[in-house]
Amino acid sequence: MTIASPVLIVGAASDIGRAIAAEYAKAGASLILAARDVSRLEPDVKDLFYRYKADAQLMELDILDEGQREALLGKLTEVPGTVISVAGVLGDEAAAWSSAAAANHIMQVNYVAPSLLLGAFANLMADRPGACIIGISSVAGDRGRKKNYTYGSAKAGFTAFLSGLRNRFGSSELHVLTVKPGFVATRMTEGMALPPLLTASPQQVASSIISAHRKKKDVLYVLGVWRGIMFIIRAIPERMFKSMDI
Amino acid sequence: MMLSGWGRYPVLPCTARKARGEADVIRLMASTTSLIARGAGRAYGDAALNSQMTLLMESSNRILFFDDATGRLTCEAGVLLADILNVFVPQGWFPPVTPGTQYVTVGGMIASDVHGKNHHGAGSFGEYVESLEIAVSDGRTLRCASDENADLFNATIGGMGLTGVILRVTFRMLRIETDLIVQETIRANNLREAFDVLENSLSATYSVAWIDSLAKGDKLGRSVVFTGEHLAAAELPKDRASVPFSAKLPSGRKVPFDLPGMTLNRFSVSAFNALYVGSRKFGRSLINFRPYFYPLDSIAEWNRIYGRAGFVQYQVAFPRESSFEGISAILRTASDYGLGSFLSVLKLCGRQRNSPLSFPREGYTLTLDYPIRARTFSMLLELDRIVEDHEGRIYLAKDARMGARMLERGYPRISEFAAVRQRFDPDRKMRSLLSDRLGI
Repeated sequence: MTIASPVLIVGAASDIGRAIAAEYAKAGASLILAARDVSRLEPDVKDLFYRYKADAQLMELDILDEGQREALLGKLTEVPGTVISVAGVLGDEAAAWSSAAAANHIMQVNYVAPSLLLGAFANLMADRPGACIIGISSVAGDRGRKKNYTYGSAKAGFTAFLSGLRNRFGSSELHVLTVKPGFVATRMTEGMALPPLLTASPQQVASSIISAHRKKKDVLYVLGVWRGIMFIIRAIPERMFKSMDI
Repeated sequence: MMLSGWGRYPVLPCTARKARGEADVIRLMASTTSLIARGAGRAYGDAALNSQMTLLMESSNRILFFDDATGRLTCEAGVLLADILNVFVPQGWFPPVTPGTQYVTVGGMIASDVHGKNHHGAGSFGEYVESLEIAVSDGRTLRCASDENADLFNATIGGMGLTGVILRVTFRMLRIETDLIVQETIRANNLREAFDVLENSLSATYSVAWIDSLAKGDKLGRSVVFTGEHLAAAELPKDRASVPFSAKLPSGRKVPFDLPGMTLNRFSVSAFNALYVGSRKFGRSLINFRPYFYPLDSIAEWNRIYGRAGFVQYQVAFPRESSFEGISAILRTASDYGLGSFLSVLKLCGRQRNSPLSFPREGYTLTLDYPIRARTFSMLLELDRIVEDHEGRIYLAKDARMGARMLERGYPRISEFAAVRQRFDPDRKMRSLLSDRLGI
């Protein structure tokens, strides 16, 4: 199916955001790129034009700022056909154990803020033909582990929010897609030793998102192997899981 | 992260940092005392390796401006030539100079001042660069051109990344009417004939010879010469008359046997060369620009055919007067060693540009490559002596092993380069394994 324009990308300055912008521009969509430091994206707007003849505009948005979130809705001249939230932060898990502020930041960026934003857009877009909401969640939300449960729990909340949203609009036009990328080689994971077979590139994430969008998929594991891994991890009884180190 | 050049030799553990744009470059440069920028990693040896910090530039890849009246293009240094071809060939524009692979970055093309099959008429890529923006080691970003910071401009073209980090580049593209090349294939039975064919092809836009590196005696230097012209729209064949630019990306020609698992040895190389020289169709043919310019790009990771130990590519350029003698001596020595070169290329080059470290010079250039073996290095030392005796030079973008003496003999303007570097990088922040090895 065709992509409904304009496509609003929240977190457009991230590696995955840039790759998604290129993929949708290639498909002929017009773009609205939202990011905190939006001036950084000015070269990207030119690039999208010269490479793909794509029209892209910039919107400043600190997703944690409620006022800015509301202002964004007001600033848009038309209701977007597609909204993609790439907002997220891995954070420092150990810091989150001892600092409520650090934990709160992880929860706000990964769950509260994107959920509220996408929820607000869902209300606006419900009646728009071909509308689609895409949230980048994480396999870490499939089960809480000691290594990253603050992040994981926030992503679990976001996954559940998207699932509920999809159920609420299940009989309407609005398509809701949950994306669980697994490991991705980005700025967020730079310097970490990631297993190559379990790690996707931002371009891979972007191209599988647009194809899942077209096929109206509900949940996307970018690398299929992650679906199996998370199935096994979820199946481990809690009594065993609690003493495991994974 | 373990990094190497395209030859997979040498391999060096490097702290690699990705630069996603100018702000990243400035910040990362300020955070270290030693670094080198790396594009697509297509220099063969150790030019883009620095253990302390290797700055990965492939994400600094935005196209910033294009004027379709003049062909002037401005882009970030990490843009791949392949991307430029994908975007601009269908619009009727072609890079003024292209190396033998499209998987290089524009920054890398400048740092190596790459040349192509049109060097005899068109010169090197540097000739078409109008201006550069470079982050130099003290944190400034300098614009340079032939009339602005001209010494920095000329030193950066061919300067192997040692003057600073190239951020943005403006260069001129050329008009083309179709994406096809009229190729003429001419057989040459020995080196003298190959030279004659190349001399007689000076009016052709493109020309290059593939040499059978194992031929001996009166067959020494036997070659197939390929010349090429961009096809004009008026000459399009009937079935493509309305399609000057084909939409789909054609897949290139395949080497007729299984490369990845193969161990290269004297016999397989000899067989390949004989096959190549023996069974080609001679005469005129129409060919898409991709297989014409990038025959090896259709074999992903062809650098793996030499196995884990990797290989060295040896490219030398002689002055015109000593070319025949120098190249004959090299081919004789290489042939005597029996180490076959998978890819052996001969090219007649035109005038040298005004850059102290630019490689191409008026005369002939020969390219050979050899898997890493104990014998390889002793042979290359012998070849070095021939190069020195005939006033030749070795291409830094290919080199992984020569000594400082060869550099000084081959590049008499090295002191001029050093002086520019002293001005813009007095603390020698910009350095690579290559610059350390050669004492640049």
